[in-house]
Amino acid sequence: MSESEMVFSFLTKLNALTGGLFLLCAFGLVGIRQMLTCLRIYVFQALLLAVSAVILGYYHASIHLFVVAALTIVTKVFIIPWVLRQAVGYESYAKREISQVLNIPTSLLISIAITIFAYYIAGPLLAANGAGAFEKVNLPIGMASLLIGAYTVTVRGEAVPQLLGILAMENGAFFAGISIASNLPLIAELAAAFYVLITVLVIGLLAMRIHTVIAKTAVGEMMALREE
Amino acid sequence: MINKIIFNLIQVIVVMAFAPLIKGILARLKENVQSKRGPSIFQPYRDIWKLFHKDEVISEHSSWIFRLTPFVVFITPIFVALLIPVLTDYPLFFAFMGDMLGGGFILALGGFFATLAAIDTGNPYGPMGSSRTRMVGFLAEPVFMIVFFTVSFIAGSTIPYIVQKYWVTPLANFFEPAHILMLLAFLMLVIAETGRIPVDNPSGHFELAMIDESKGLEYSGRGAALMKWGGSMKFFVLCCIFLNVLVAPWGLAHGTELWQVLLAVPLILIKISIFVLVLVAIESSLAKLRLFRITEFLGAAFVTSVAAMIIGLFFM
Repeated sequence: MSESEMVFSFLTKLNALTGGLFLLCAFGLVGIRQMLTCLRIYVFQALLLAVSAVILGYYHASIHLFVVAALTIVTKVFIIPWVLRQAVGYESYAKREISQVLNIPTSLLISIAITIFAYYIAGPLLAANGAGAFEKVNLPIGMASLLIGAYTVTVRGEAVPQLLGILAMENGAFFAGISIASNLPLIAELAAAFYVLITVLVIGLLAMRIHTVIAKTAVGEMMALREE
Repeated sequence: MINKIIFNLIQVIVVMAFAPLIKGILARLKENVQSKRGPSIFQPYRDIWKLFHKDEVISEHSSWIFRLTPFVVFITPIFVALLIPVLTDYPLFFAFMGDMLGGGFILALGGFFATLAAIDTGNPYGPMGSSRTRMVGFLAEPVFMIVFFTVSFIAGSTIPYIVQKYWVTPLANFFEPAHILMLLAFLMLVIAETGRIPVDNPSGHFELAMIDESKGLEYSGRGAALMKWGGSMKFFVLCCIFLNVLVAPWGLAHGTELWQVLLAVPLILIKISIFVLVLVAIESSLAKLRLFRITEFLGAAFVTSVAAMIIGLFFM
């Protein structure tokens, strides 16, 4: 085995490991009760996204992916937790448990089904594309994370975990995206990062308003509209 | 040939001799973390010695199962120690008598007898503990199976000696996603199977909250000593399976000389001590789960193992 092949094999394995942990984080967002732990898992997932972007960037020798990694770390590891602390600090940093529509083992099993489904729909795409070792990992796992994020939004009855679900969807989309499009224009990356920040800010402020009005953020329990 | 039989017996002696020590280190470190002095690390040996010199009391309502169980519990880990790599990274005389599944079945036999014996005496706490153990057991079973399927699929074998070599030849295999995820799942499994803290509190004295301990409440004298010793050997053997087979064969004897095999003994003890440090960190930072939350803990283990399987399957 030549040196470049060894480096390639090592990089693919490292990337696949990142993918595996990324998927595990997506499961964690569904399966963990504590609010604070959920937030930490989200931050860790964003870090893994950055790691994968660095690996892919190194392999494709693409500066854009390094920019993606840097943006991801700056926005998702530092700014988003900070914004959440400012906007809904008492909600996201309180050590309390989240209510859920379906119980956790069922949710986890459904997440597994979603993952298998993601692999199933990613299969034809990969076959059509003539995919390499990186796409084979990133595309299905990114799709799985996207779908699991959507499932989290459906099943959790609180504002902040729902927001984390939306952010996990975005993480998943990026995770799949960096493997397919290694030459994303810089403006798109900046726009995406900015867009995520705006989402967090808007939902955070909304959650804060809800909290000041009805003293809790269990949006799952809000069924009827009432005029004042 | 003769060499291999001798080494195999050395493995068994090492497991028998050092299993209580590992338990002692674990208990001592846990107390130290809570800023207490804690018992001596040789306390388990003294306990076993003391119990062997005490009279045994057996309920007249119990049957032969109650009398047989201590021996089964004591002997099953020894059988497993014959099959798995404890000291050497090449197969010994009895190594091909059974694979990892075989080892799992033998350990399960000990657990099965312990459960039956707990029901046998009519003590109300015994059946409660054994039904809970079965609950944890049947939740842990699918994880076990999926981990073994993944291992056999990736490494191409369930013979432990072949599996352990696969992870480090080449070293990049160590970082295979399926391997790391499987390690996480198996770590949770070891915690559940040996009754450590998030699942069960091994040092608790409150019978209603016990899962694993309440099965041995009725034993006294020699029976209690054998149960205790067998329990610590089971822990040692599970550690060996986890560390030597599933993590990596580092520290195992490679050559066939006697001194190399003997040199592996301290290395293995160091390796297990490091693992014990990890366990102490886990046990000291988590609280015991409520009984019905155990489903979530083992559900997480199951999901991890399935993720390992899916990624392993599609990564090929």
